[in-house]
Amino acid sequence: MHEAGLTQNILDLALGKAREVKAARVNSIDLVIGELSGAVGDSIRFYFECLSRGTPAEGAALNIREVPARLRCRDCGREFHPEDVAAWLCPGCGSQGVEVTGGRELYIDSMEVD
Amino acid sequence: LKVKVLQNVLGANDAIAARNRELLDRHRVLAVDVMSSPGAGKTTLIIQALRLLKNKLRLAVVEGDIASTIDSDRVKKEGVEVLQINVGAECSLDANMVSQGLAGLPLEKLDLVFIENVGNLICPAEFALGEHLRVVVLSLPEGDDKPEKYPLMFTKCDCVVINKMDLKPYLEYDLEKVKRKARGLNPGVKFFETSCRTGAGVKEWCAWLAGERKKRSS
Repeated sequence: MHEAGLTQNILDLALGKAREVKAARVNSIDLVIGELSGAVGDSIRFYFECLSRGTPAEGAALNIREVPARLRCRDCGREFHPEDVAAWLCPGCGSQGVEVTGGRELYIDSMEVD
Repeated sequence: LKVKVLQNVLGANDAIAARNRELLDRHRVLAVDVMSSPGAGKTTLIIQALRLLKNKLRLAVVEGDIASTIDSDRVKKEGVEVLQINVGAECSLDANMVSQGLAGLPLEKLDLVFIENVGNLICPAEFALGEHLRVVVLSLPEGDDKPEKYPLMFTKCDCVVINKMDLKPYLEYDLEKVKRKARGLNPGVKFFETSCRTGAGVKEWCAWLAGERKKRSS
């Protein structure tokens, strides 16, 4: 829902880094999105195309790597991927006592520039 | 040329949130982020709390809404400082909006600021504002499945206020289930049961807030 703002952040970070390394063009951006980050990849792609027009990142490819949600059961210690992201139940012991160990990522890993 | 970036997309927000927190700490002001679905009773709960706390603490409110000044107009009648932020198309307050809100408040004359977030159980969980406490308000008519449907919100809150308790006789609402599920996601979470209509339970919530304020200012 707030992907426009997120995409602007992505673009700002990428352009800032490009300036830092004195690159004229950004060819591609490797973005990592966790399943629980709330960010929607397709929506970011859409905004990126609009927002990057007229910048050195125009036309850059967005390579999105999605990281699945990882939860850990506080009772039996099992790590698992919740089958239903809305119902966080341990498949081992049925416990609802879980903590998030992965899937909240939202960062630019690297970029390819000229 | 391949370059490593490793920068968080919300890094800019988090940096501003950290600055907000420093500013609040410097003035010994406790900031309380109040989040819920639309209509759970955030504004009414805040108003009730203002009435109970205003003789003990110096208070202000930052109101976040998509549009309108309905909430800030209501709060203004209580005689406390209030600042309305209209977020437009955004679905949550973010740290930058709050920093602008804080800039408009006389922090040196305050002890506690309520930040009423946009009614939404999803996006506000993702944006740090610089707050000290995160409060989720649930209300009985919404149904008892909120911790299961919006787990992330519950993993990151300090307390859950279950509001509109006066409607309990008319609704099938499994209070124990809500508590069990929320505790599963967040073992340390506290619960308060309130009715803003009768005032029941609001005193207990206020006592907790006052205690947290004291704990952090000493």
